[in-house]
Amino acid sequence: MSVRPMPDSAALRAKAAEPKSIAIAGIVLGVLAFFLVIPPITTRSIVGPIVVGVAAMAFGFWAVRGGAGRVGWGAVAAGVIGLVLGIVATRSSVGNLNQVFTASLIADMLSFATPLTFGAIGGMVSERSGVVNVGLEGMMLMGAFWGVYGAAVSGSWVVGVLVAAFSGGAMALVHAYFAIHLRADQIISGMAMNFLALGITGYFYYQLEHGGYLSTNVKIPNVSIPYVKDWSFVGPAIGNLNLGIWAAIACVPLSYVVLFKTPLGLRIRACGEHPRAADTVGINVYGIRYGAVVVSGMLAALGGVYLTDGFVHGVFNENVTAGRGFIALAAMIFGNWKPFGAFGAACLFGLSTALASSGRLTVYSPNGAILFQTLPYILTLIAVAGIIGRTIPPAADGRPYKKQ
Amino acid sequence: MTEPVAPGTPPEPVSAAPPGTVAAALAIWQRAGGLAVPIATAVLAFIVAGLVVAATGHDPLTAYKDIFEGAGYNWIFHPSTDTAAAAPYNLSQTLLQTTTLILTGLAVAFAFRCGMFNIGGQGQYIVGLVVANWIGISFIHLDSFLHVVLCIVLATLAGAVWAGIAGFLKATAGAHEVISTIMLNWIAIWGASYLFGDNGPLQGPNPAVPVSGDVVPGAQLPVFWGDQGFQGLHVGLFLALAALVVYWLVLNRTTVGYEVRAVGYNPDAAAYGGISVRKNFVRAMAISGAFAGLAGALDMIGYLYHFGVLDVQSNQIGFLGIAVALLGRNTAVGTGVAAFLFGGLLYGTNQGLTSGVIPTALAQNVTYLIQGLVVLFVGADVLILYVWNARKKVRRARAATTPEPAA
Repeated sequence: MSVRPMPDSAALRAKAAEPKSIAIAGIVLGVLAFFLVIPPITTRSIVGPIVVGVAAMAFGFWAVRGGAGRVGWGAVAAGVIGLVLGIVATRSSVGNLNQVFTASLIADMLSFATPLTFGAIGGMVSERSGVVNVGLEGMMLMGAFWGVYGAAVSGSWVVGVLVAAFSGGAMALVHAYFAIHLRADQIISGMAMNFLALGITGYFYYQLEHGGYLSTNVKIPNVSIPYVKDWSFVGPAIGNLNLGIWAAIACVPLSYVVLFKTPLGLRIRACGEHPRAADTVGINVYGIRYGAVVVSGMLAALGGVYLTDGFVHGVFNENVTAGRGFIALAAMIFGNWKPFGAFGAACLFGLSTALASSGRLTVYSPNGAILFQTLPYILTLIAVAGIIGRTIPPAADGRPYKKQ
Repeated sequence: MTEPVAPGTPPEPVSAAPPGTVAAALAIWQRAGGLAVPIATAVLAFIVAGLVVAATGHDPLTAYKDIFEGAGYNWIFHPSTDTAAAAPYNLSQTLLQTTTLILTGLAVAFAFRCGMFNIGGQGQYIVGLVVANWIGISFIHLDSFLHVVLCIVLATLAGAVWAGIAGFLKATAGAHEVISTIMLNWIAIWGASYLFGDNGPLQGPNPAVPVSGDVVPGAQLPVFWGDQGFQGLHVGLFLALAALVVYWLVLNRTTVGYEVRAVGYNPDAAAYGGISVRKNFVRAMAISGAFAGLAGALDMIGYLYHFGVLDVQSNQIGFLGIAVALLGRNTAVGTGVAAFLFGGLLYGTNQGLTSGVIPTALAQNVTYLIQGLVVLFVGADVLILYVWNARKKVRRARAATTPEPAA
């Protein structure tokens, strides 16, 4: 009369029925609902997106019932969006669809996501150590300017990248000094960095322009992957991307490993969560925070130099970053201060910019496509409002620490 | 749809003002008073910017003298109302910028007094511009006075609503107002770019240029100094000055102001005293946004009359309000004086400098440099005061308890 142990297959089934797995399956279905009707598949019936979209919503509600609220509602939202966009797409002409959804859309998305990824990872490193960095925009702008200058003067893009990283790091050092040592308000000090960078780059742009130091033909090279570049679809998508894009992608797992799998990462996070405790066990809080802020400035500057010397051929314009540092900040928050989350958000935001750029959504409405640019900001507002799950910053983020 | 704050989540700004936050810093700041620190801050910023100018091979003193004259400050040596002469004209233009800066400064200052940092002045200003333009090109048969009032009231309300969103999100969800106002800025910037852009709903009669239509003459503010056709100084200046008085009155002589200041000093104590902290967050942000929205309205119907996509993208006047408020130490008089300083800087560097010692494009960036330096140093002046006070205290304590042996 003993209770028999549950058979293995039942255990497996129980695991598959976990609410979170269901919700993720729902999100995948939601994406699929839209994917069915766009190139290269391009089915023209509205039945496909409706069936798959409703299934995604059902999975979502099922997951919410099971207790996976946040991801579950995400699946419901994915189902609704997939369904609506899917139906809209079947109403559009195939010619227009072919113009919007090309393999190069992926390349463009990654390209637009690169400065955001660098900035978001940089901001994450700084904030994980407990220093808010709203000066990312300024540090990116510094990198964008001094990177071109360095490349133009030396004739080598490597030197340009190094100069950019140095300039961003130097600006971050000023921020770090005011935020850590002087315990100034970190947001005020960060905003000061943005204004200063605007002034410095604008000033030296006109100062050095006359010397002809600001045009260069050297740029960060593209990486042409043999064989892959000849594949259909994959080739044009990722076969010939800029080195900067790959560097940004490499930063994501790298920062994950450093922050979450090494003693150094543990120390950085300890300083951001509970600096007093970190100090008590002998961690040099000031040292860690200085290092993290400087690294964040260097990363943001790499995003900047990609913008002016990778994306284009060594061209700087005043205020060329135009708010990308702030989108990076948004991506970091939207990604919940996590590397892969930040990268996912950067890709989503990059996609919205790529879609809004000329030749894509502009085939439907030349001007309306501009509104797509607001998408990152609206999504971030929704994220901080906690409508679909709250994003949680490090506990000591923004609090100056005073040694005892 | 707001979730209750789960136990164990980090303390929300709603309930905490730990040492080092804006609110705590403010407490020291407002009590310290005095003129010395802001003046020292400004002087230091000018010196550092001057060093940059000197290091790049220009004469900073001549440059500053040119900016001084370009701003029309030399008017006091040649007082005249004839705007055909340089000094009076320049001064009228400086006052035009001052009008806007007073209001965008107050937009930052009011929220500051409630312990919040409103970075969204730029977005609220643009929302005000858009609404004023929209009203100003519609209802063309309306009575002129009513039309002007309608423009101003609706644009002010729009600014209040735009900022109120950030206050509401902070009160209900604990969303940090800095993040939400930054996001709202860019939504406003891109939204205005859409509205004024090619084929946009508010684009003007010329389909080739992404610029809005002109506000009809009936909705334009009267000019009292200079020529209506040449950016004369409009009566909005008096509204801005009145706003300074209102700001002072509301903060210091009303219950609303008392509550705002109480929440700014210490939200916990205010809540303990029966003040609704959440309500004050929303209210203070809305009032802040109203100032910025009013700034947008006065600019639109005062002298701009139309606005283009490029202007939307490059305009910085709302951000400059941050420096104005910080330098003015969030007081009415201080904000007025700082606005006059930055207004002069903005206009004085906007024109070709008379001696040509530095080109105009360089001079304009000197404004941004000084702005950045002022904000940076002001952020640290809290600390200067703090160290100053602490050192005095330590010295006194040491003198009282452990008299040092004679050397």
